[in-house]
Amino acid sequence: MTTIVAHAAPTRWWHSRAVNRFMRHHLALLGIAMITLLVLACAIGPYALPYDSLHIDLRARFAPPLAGNHYLGTDPLGRDLAVRLLMAGRVSLAVGFSAMLLSTLIGTLVGVTAGYRGGWIGAALMRTVDGFLSYPSIFLVLALAATLRPNPVMITVIIAVTSWMETARIVEAEVRSLREREFVQAARMVGLSRAHIMFREILPNAMGPIIVAASLAVARAILLEAYISFLGYGIQPPLPSWGNMLNGAQQYLASAPWLAIIPGAAITIAVTSFNFIGDGLRDALDVRNDNF
Amino acid sequence: MSGFLLNRLVQSIVLLVIVSIIGFTVLNLMPGGPLAQFGLDPGMSQQDVQRLTAQLGLDRPLWIQYLDWAWRLVRGDWGHSFRDGSSVLAVIGRHLLATLLLMGTSTALAIAAGTWIGIRGATHRYSLFDYCATVGAMVALSVPTFWFGLIGIYIFTLKLGWVPAGNMYTIGDGSVPDYLHHLILPSLVLSLVHVAIWSRYMRTATLDALSQDFVKTARAKGVSERRILLKHVVGNALLPMITLAGMQLPSILTGALVTETVFTWPGMGRLFLDSLGYSDYPVVMGLLIFSAMLVLLGNLIADIVIATVDPRIRLA
Repeated sequence: MTTIVAHAAPTRWWHSRAVNRFMRHHLALLGIAMITLLVLACAIGPYALPYDSLHIDLRARFAPPLAGNHYLGTDPLGRDLAVRLLMAGRVSLAVGFSAMLLSTLIGTLVGVTAGYRGGWIGAALMRTVDGFLSYPSIFLVLALAATLRPNPVMITVIIAVTSWMETARIVEAEVRSLREREFVQAARMVGLSRAHIMFREILPNAMGPIIVAASLAVARAILLEAYISFLGYGIQPPLPSWGNMLNGAQQYLASAPWLAIIPGAAITIAVTSFNFIGDGLRDALDVRNDNF
Repeated sequence: MSGFLLNRLVQSIVLLVIVSIIGFTVLNLMPGGPLAQFGLDPGMSQQDVQRLTAQLGLDRPLWIQYLDWAWRLVRGDWGHSFRDGSSVLAVIGRHLLATLLLMGTSTALAIAAGTWIGIRGATHRYSLFDYCATVGAMVALSVPTFWFGLIGIYIFTLKLGWVPAGNMYTIGDGSVPDYLHHLILPSLVLSLVHVAIWSRYMRTATLDALSQDFVKTARAKGVSERRILLKHVVGNALLPMITLAGMQLPSILTGALVTETVFTWPGMGRLFLDSLGYSDYPVVMGLLIFSAMLVLLGNLIADIVIATVDPRIRLA
């Protein structure tokens, strides 16, 4: 017996069907490549460039891209745009990623509780989800950001508490369908605690949709941060973020269009990549979704 | 039908209550509560603030304050703007039409373009067109609306000089063609994301309808493909789109806020940002609640429309 087990081909996770399908999704691979490049550039780039992101050089104001050593040009204060773009990338990606983690956590907790408990608790939770979804997210985010202190941590929390609802809906539906399955009944009969059944037995089976929702949530969070920072209520200067680099770019649109074009392109590339990855994960994990 | 309507109406009212509780919580989350802006006023002593707190009933238990606030909302007393003292509902009313004009135009554009792209993608599945539409939609969903607006202004106003950069009309003109001229670029910008969403849903819905038995029957009868598409498929595919149009309302409003900022369009979004800048909380709160009510109303209308055209839903 033991020899048979020892010789059985080990199934590693990277041999799985899901990984196989993901690897055939070219756009998702492109997304992974772009995000990897972007993260590496933001992590290492600022050390490689000869400027500091806060260094003001009024003699070099409005230098166009590729002028001298300013590869992407300079802003109205003569700060190097390339180094600011990469420093902003750190902030924007970190905020986007942390907001995703937090919103996924909230959404999963609410979804599992609502789906497993059902009854009036489930109904109350899901109606709260509907209530939050009735607000245009940016109105809620702006109202909160304008009154609470807008530091990066607070912005992350605000984005998370206004974007956990989609995850909650997906998880609730998934858990509700899993609740009556045999393995859950077995777990109940063995006398496992409710928390154990909810989070150790059911939750692992709902991971596919959660992962897909999370990858799309990063994209949404980056966009939302860009929106509120562009409008002046997000990340505050001098700390750069992709959104606040665009704040004020409109007035220089005629004289220095690169100020608007470059940060926006960075946002688009990052968000597109996460959307591609999400799409690939959806195909790979076989998550049925009516959106696409 | 009336049972369905009543059921749907009760649901909307329950949701409205939940929405108002969320709004009230946001209001009270503001540091210092609704009187925060007086805290910085050197002319206000501690006693003054306390007197005002008692006068406005802010020292009562929260749930009583909520009921009082909600009752005033129901009666149409939404408070007064800090800026000019006019009533909040009147201020919102002055900006509502501009937003509805922008949203309506861009939604119409998005539905027209999205329907066409979606149907063509479904009938020419896996073609180059379908592939480009799929990738294009995903990119379009990722472009920040305000950036798309800036690029639009750069190209079509600054480089080509075809359209104005902002505002709703030229001062001293204000004719219909002038309004339309100002409307083109912002509504195109706002519609981009929705063309993407609409076309993806429409493609799925069309594929779904194409695989139905009645299409096979029609084909077996020898009905031409074109006739099948127009008579049997499109109508059925458009049905779920009505619900989608209602569901998209919050994101259209979000997009409208950003678009209005870039194009200095005098709508609710601009009003919201201006009021935030002035710490005009009554108007901010009013707009917050009003936008959620608009969304609930939109969903209700979508449900009524779909129940009117689709007997399966109202009889189920």
